[in-house]
Amino acid sequence: MDAAKLLDIMLGAILINNFIFSQFLGICPFMGVSKKTDTAAGMGMAVIFVMGLASAICWVINRFVLVALGLQYLQTLAYILVIAALVQFVEMFLKKAVPSLYSALGIYLPLITTNCAVLGVVLLNTQNNYNFIESVVYGVTGGIGFLIAIVLFASIREKLRFADYPKAFEGFPIALVTAGLLALAFMGFSGMSIPW
Amino acid sequence: MTNVIYAVAVLGILGAVFGALLAFASKIFYVEHDERIDQILGVLPGANCGGCGFAGCANCAEAIVEGKAKVSACPVGGPAVASQVAKIMGVEDAGSERMVAHVYCCGGDRAVKKFEYDGLKTCAAANKVAGTHMACPSACLGFGSCVAACKYDAIHVENGVAKVDMDKCVACGACAAACPKGLIEMVPAKQKVFISCRNTEKGVVVRNKCQVGCIACTLCAKKCPSEAITIENNLAKIDYTKCTNCGTCATVCPRKLIVDLAAKPAEAAPAAPAAPAAPAASAQ
Repeated sequence: MDAAKLLDIMLGAILINNFIFSQFLGICPFMGVSKKTDTAAGMGMAVIFVMGLASAICWVINRFVLVALGLQYLQTLAYILVIAALVQFVEMFLKKAVPSLYSALGIYLPLITTNCAVLGVVLLNTQNNYNFIESVVYGVTGGIGFLIAIVLFASIREKLRFADYPKAFEGFPIALVTAGLLALAFMGFSGMSIPW
Repeated sequence: MTNVIYAVAVLGILGAVFGALLAFASKIFYVEHDERIDQILGVLPGANCGGCGFAGCANCAEAIVEGKAKVSACPVGGPAVASQVAKIMGVEDAGSERMVAHVYCCGGDRAVKKFEYDGLKTCAAANKVAGTHMACPSACLGFGSCVAACKYDAIHVENGVAKVDMDKCVACGACAAACPKGLIEMVPAKQKVFISCRNTEKGVVVRNKCQVGCIACTLCAKKCPSEAITIENNLAKIDYTKCTNCGTCATVCPRKLIVDLAAKPAEAAPAAPAAPAAPAASAQ
């Protein structure tokens, strides 16, 4: 039962309720950092990392501070605080401990502070009453969903440079159209569920 | 009332705890950082054009401090920036000179086309089709891949051939990298006279392909007072270390392919098309 629910959460976060294509969260970095596949992959990895950590810490804060004191209405505020501090901390930590990873992810980490998908994932954890493990799984797989989305999009955008489309569509318009079509394609997953 | 106090207290404490943690972390995870990097970064142009060969101005500044790059590493900033960087690094600026790009072709509309190319309008694409639509193997294709690559609006296609705007050019080398024919080179900005041709075929052949191709008549080499011009592989070549920019070669060149940028007014009057214009049909 437990494993089945976890699988359900994973599949949901990666495909069915993909953060980008079905929930439309985190569109800003999705559009901004998707010009090259390798930078897109870097951004995706950073998001996985931060989403997983944020899910874990926010669950602890929610359970042992907010719920204990009956202050659930402060969730959004408290989560933003946690995410901002977390991103800062992770950046400092990586710079010291894993400089190679820092130089790969470095510029994307501050960007994640403003990624609403991260706030979305922790708020959804609370809304769905996930326990600690479920929260972390949802966070990490949500990040994987983001990674898949942004890498797919970036590889299409790389190919788009050689496409022959009307001048009026150059740059962002064609990117938005592409994103819309990709979202349509992801709608195909919406009927999926795990029959247990 | 207690609700409000709780809320303020909890958020205040959370904020204070995170703040303290971050302050603590910044001490623990403090990374030794050379402050000269920031100073140099402040002096560099900040366009992140990549002309220096590094990923951006920050990487360039880092490389300069680490001694991997010269103080004059930034081609965009030129001598002005180099001297400032040298001051920060505490070394003498070893006389860097301003460079500009030059296109070694002046054919364009005056060169013969083998066929009408109607494909993708980029030089790289045109270069792949049947050895290009230009009869001359080293002709500027005129689709302006260099123009697209230039971030400084310093190169334009005029009369079918790319031309550098010397005042705007910062010698970042983006156009040279974009040219599939390799016709663009960085040259000293003080150099005014250029032999704008790269064709190494025999004179007879060149005559049929371009009105302004070098036919290796050796007139320029004979007339040059400082013996700066040599003929190699059927092509005249100027040794820029010997050249005095006197412009004699430009006046004697029967094909008018030697460009003398100092003599602007004379150049403005186009050379009479007395050269035996090759009929397009003669090509292949």
